[in-house]
Amino acid sequence: MEWFATLGAKTLGKLSGLGRASYLLFSALVAKPQPLKMFPLTIKQLYVVGVQSLLIILVSGAFIGMVLALQAYTVLVDYGAEESLGPMVALSLLRELGPVVTALLFAGRAGSALTAEIGLMKATEQLSSLEMMAVDPMRRVIAPRMWAGVISMPLLALIFSAVGILGGQVVGVDWLGVDGGSYWSVMQSAVDFNKDVLNGVIKSVVFAFVVTWIAVFKGYDCIPTSEGISQATTQTVVYSSLAVLGVDFVLTALMFGS
Amino acid sequence: MNSRKIEIMVGLFVALAIAALLMLALKVANAGISGNGETYELKAKFDNIGGLKVRSPIKVGGVVIGRVGRISLDSEDYTPVVTLEISAEYKDFPETTSVSILTSGLLGEQYVGLQPGFSIDGIEPLRPGDFIADTKSALVLEDLIGQFLFNRD
Repeated sequence: MEWFATLGAKTLGKLSGLGRASYLLFSALVAKPQPLKMFPLTIKQLYVVGVQSLLIILVSGAFIGMVLALQAYTVLVDYGAEESLGPMVALSLLRELGPVVTALLFAGRAGSALTAEIGLMKATEQLSSLEMMAVDPMRRVIAPRMWAGVISMPLLALIFSAVGILGGQVVGVDWLGVDGGSYWSVMQSAVDFNKDVLNGVIKSVVFAFVVTWIAVFKGYDCIPTSEGISQATTQTVVYSSLAVLGVDFVLTALMFGS
Repeated sequence: MNSRKIEIMVGLFVALAIAALLMLALKVANAGISGNGETYELKAKFDNIGGLKVRSPIKVGGVVIGRVGRISLDSEDYTPVVTLEISAEYKDFPETTSVSILTSGLLGEQYVGLQPGFSIDGIEPLRPGDFIADTKSALVLEDLIGQFLFNRD
């Protein structure tokens, strides 16, 4: 009996959380947008969320491209098909690894920081004092961070893919001796701009939305104690990573399935 | 950090992303402007070019000396014309040079193999824009199997 009661309470708790998250999304993005006032704040957040994530994206993009080329080469060379290294590296980066790995790194690097920052603002009652001064924290604090996340992640994913393909070239062409012209020409004939590049961008926009939403909501909704903030930060990383991987499967099935 | 510096950094970030998009659009997805160094053109007519593509390598004895520049169809006799862009440092191939479309490995990419001919007195070197007379077409596996089955009877 007690078990049922706990189950019901948990379900209701999750449902109300989902409701609060939707309310936050609505009031931050849809209700009464003020683009002109928000713009400078968004630039500031773009710096924090986007520019400061650049280094980790560049380094991991290069290494993932290099590892991909190295692994694919050892298999492809057995069949004399090492010219297919270019499309192999480019397609897996553009379609999957670029958007997904960027989203996972972004969740760890920027999402957790967003949660912690907003959570601490709540714990130190900065959000309440904003409301006392008749400044809507949704518009002043939440909305710029959401927009910055949604804008910067697709850009980061593009940079990730480009750097990864260059890294693959370094390993494949310069070290392993695949012909450079074949690397690029076979890639060019295999990669389609609309089908591969644009679908990758669409994916990363969706991931950006999911990750930033979770991060901002977890911060805004956290229990305002040091323990609560640490819990919320962990939850941000765990939930948004899982959500990204789940959404990725659905999107891949829609875009490239059948 | 003051706001001007932040704006510059954000601008740099967006510019970098646009550069990445341009690279993906031009260099990865589509044939962009590429190639470096001086080249000259030779042309060759084939009966069948198989899976040859623009920018496929041209090799002499395994050494890459150029790229396929353009593939088109002759409007009079409907045979494929392949334009070979060869690095300027390898010039003056004799007229007797033969060219064939080969495959690297069993399933690999196709490339153009150039076989330099003999050069004695009276044999002119090839000039830029000349047609190479002696060509061998690509090997099409289906034709080969068809021939094999036909010849067995």
